[in-house]
Amino acid sequence: MAEITSLSEAVASVIRDGDVVAMEGFTHLIPMAAGHEVIRQRKRDLTLVRMTPDVIYDQLIGAGCARKLVFSWGGNPGVGSLHRFRDAVQHGWPVPLEIEEHSHAGMANRYVAGAAGLPFAVLRGYSGTGLVDQTDTIEPITCPFTGEQLAAVRAINPDVTVIHAQRADRRGNVQLWGLTGVQKEAVLAAKKSIVTVEEIVDELAPMPDQVVLPTWVVTAVAEVPRGAFPSYALGYYDRDNTTYAEWDPISRDRDTFTKWLDENVYGVSA
Amino acid sequence: MSEWTTDEMMTVAASRALVGATSCFVGIGLPSQAANLARRTSAPDLVLIYESGAIGAKPGRLPLSIGDGILAETADAVVSVPEIFNYWLQPGRIDIGFLSAAQLDKHANINTTVIGDNYRDPKVRLPGAGGAPEIAASCGEVIIIVRQNKRTFVEKVDFVTSVGHGDGGDSRKKLGLRGAGPSRVITDLAVMEPDPVTRELTVTQLHAGVTAEKVRKATGWHIAFANDLKETPPPSAEELRILRALIAA
Repeated sequence: MAEITSLSEAVASVIRDGDVVAMEGFTHLIPMAAGHEVIRQRKRDLTLVRMTPDVIYDQLIGAGCARKLVFSWGGNPGVGSLHRFRDAVQHGWPVPLEIEEHSHAGMANRYVAGAAGLPFAVLRGYSGTGLVDQTDTIEPITCPFTGEQLAAVRAINPDVTVIHAQRADRRGNVQLWGLTGVQKEAVLAAKKSIVTVEEIVDELAPMPDQVVLPTWVVTAVAEVPRGAFPSYALGYYDRDNTTYAEWDPISRDRDTFTKWLDENVYGVSA
Repeated sequence: MSEWTTDEMMTVAASRALVGATSCFVGIGLPSQAANLARRTSAPDLVLIYESGAIGAKPGRLPLSIGDGILAETADAVVSVPEIFNYWLQPGRIDIGFLSAAQLDKHANINTTVIGDNYRDPKVRLPGAGGAPEIAASCGEVIIIVRQNKRTFVEKVDFVTSVGHGDGGDSRKKLGLRGAGPSRVITDLAVMEPDPVTRELTVTQLHAGVTAEKVRKATGWHIAFANDLKETPPPSAEELRILRALIAA
C-alpha cells in the first residue's frame, strides 16, 4: 500500500545515493517539483533514466546529482539544446557524466520489458545506426520462427521511478490521463515509486483514457499542486512555454545557472 | 527583394509534398510547421501523428513541442509512447515520415547525435535520436526538410542516427529496413531526390531565383543535378497568407 506523505519525506526515505532513478513524463506531467527536491536533498551518484531529459534533468545534471544518464532525446522541447547536459558531456562540469543512449522506441521497449518482468524486449529498429555500437544494451537477435534479424534491448528496472499525476485517493490509488507517455511502464518496471499528484481526493471519478496505478504498486504518494510546472497537467494548468524559453539563457552560463539554482531551488522549501 | 523568404519557400514546398498521403509521422521543428501548413492547404485530410501519442492531431495553432497540450486535446486518439512506436509506427501503418537533420550526407543519412569523430568526446553534443531512427526505418517513405549549407550537407555524417540510404545502392534493403527511405530532401534552396540506382542525392528542382552554383556552394560534396532540372513554383499568395498566420498565431 502506498504511503501518503510529504514530498520531502518521500524523497528522503525512498531515493538513496547511487540509485538508478527514472523520472518520466513525456512532455506532459513531468515531475518537476520532485526533481527540485532531489536537488535540495543533494542526492549524489544517481543514474538518471528518462526518455526526454529536458529542463528538469538539465537542472539535476547541473546541480551535480547525476553520475550517468540513460536517455533517448536530450533537448529543451521547442527551444533547443540543454546547456548543462552539454557542459557535463563536453567538459565534465560540475562532474563528468557517463551516457547511455537509445532511440525513443528502444527506451519505450526497455521499460515494457522491465514492466513485464522479462530480461529484454524486441524491436525492428536500430539496424544500420551508430547507436548499436555505443552500448551493450542493444544486441542483434534472430527470430526463432522466421529467421528475421531484429534488435533485442535490455530491460530497465529502476530502483525508483518518480512520476506526477493528476489525482490520487486517500488510499493512494493514482489516476492520470492525457498524454500518458511511458509512466505506467516506468512505475511497473521499478522496485519502488514516488507519485506526486495535483490533488488527493476522497473518490476517483473515472476520466476518459485514464491510467490507474493501484495503491499496492506505488510506494509513496505526495500531494504537490502545480508539481509539473512549467510542463502541464491536463485539466489543471497549461504548459508555460515562456519558462521553457527563458531556461535557454539561464542555462548557457555556469554562474547564471548557479545563481538561479540558489534562488529557485536551494532557497525554497518543498 | 522577393515577396517571400527562402524559409517560406522551403516550408511551402514541403507542405506540397504531402499531397496524396493519408498519414504522416511528424518530427519537431520545421517538419511540424510544414505538416500543419499542409493540413490547411494541400492535404486537408492528412492524419498528423506525433511521437507523444497524439494520432490525428488538428491543432489550431503551431504546437510548440511534440507534447504541446493542443495536440492531445485535438487528436482522434491519444495513446501511450510504447503503443505509438510498437503498434502504429513499427508495422508500417504510416505513409510518410517527416524529419529534419543537424547533418545530412549524400545518401540522406541523418545525424542528430554528435558533431566530431569521437562519440565519447564530441565537438558538439546534439539532442540525440528521439523517434527519428524508427521513423526513418518504418514509414512508407521519408521526407527530410532542412536548411542547406556546407556545415549541414556533408559527404559523410559524423554519426548515423537515422538511416537514409546507408552506403547507397541496395544497402538499405540489406539492413532489413522495411520502408523505402528518404524520397525527397527539401531545403531552402532546392529539392533533391535519390538517384534510382546509386541512391546518391541529386538536385531535381531549384527554387525560384536560386542558381545551381548557389546550391553547389552550400553542399559539402560534388552534388549532381538532374538533366531535366525543374524550377519549384513559387509560393502562392494564399499559401503565404496561411503560413504567416500560422507562425504568428
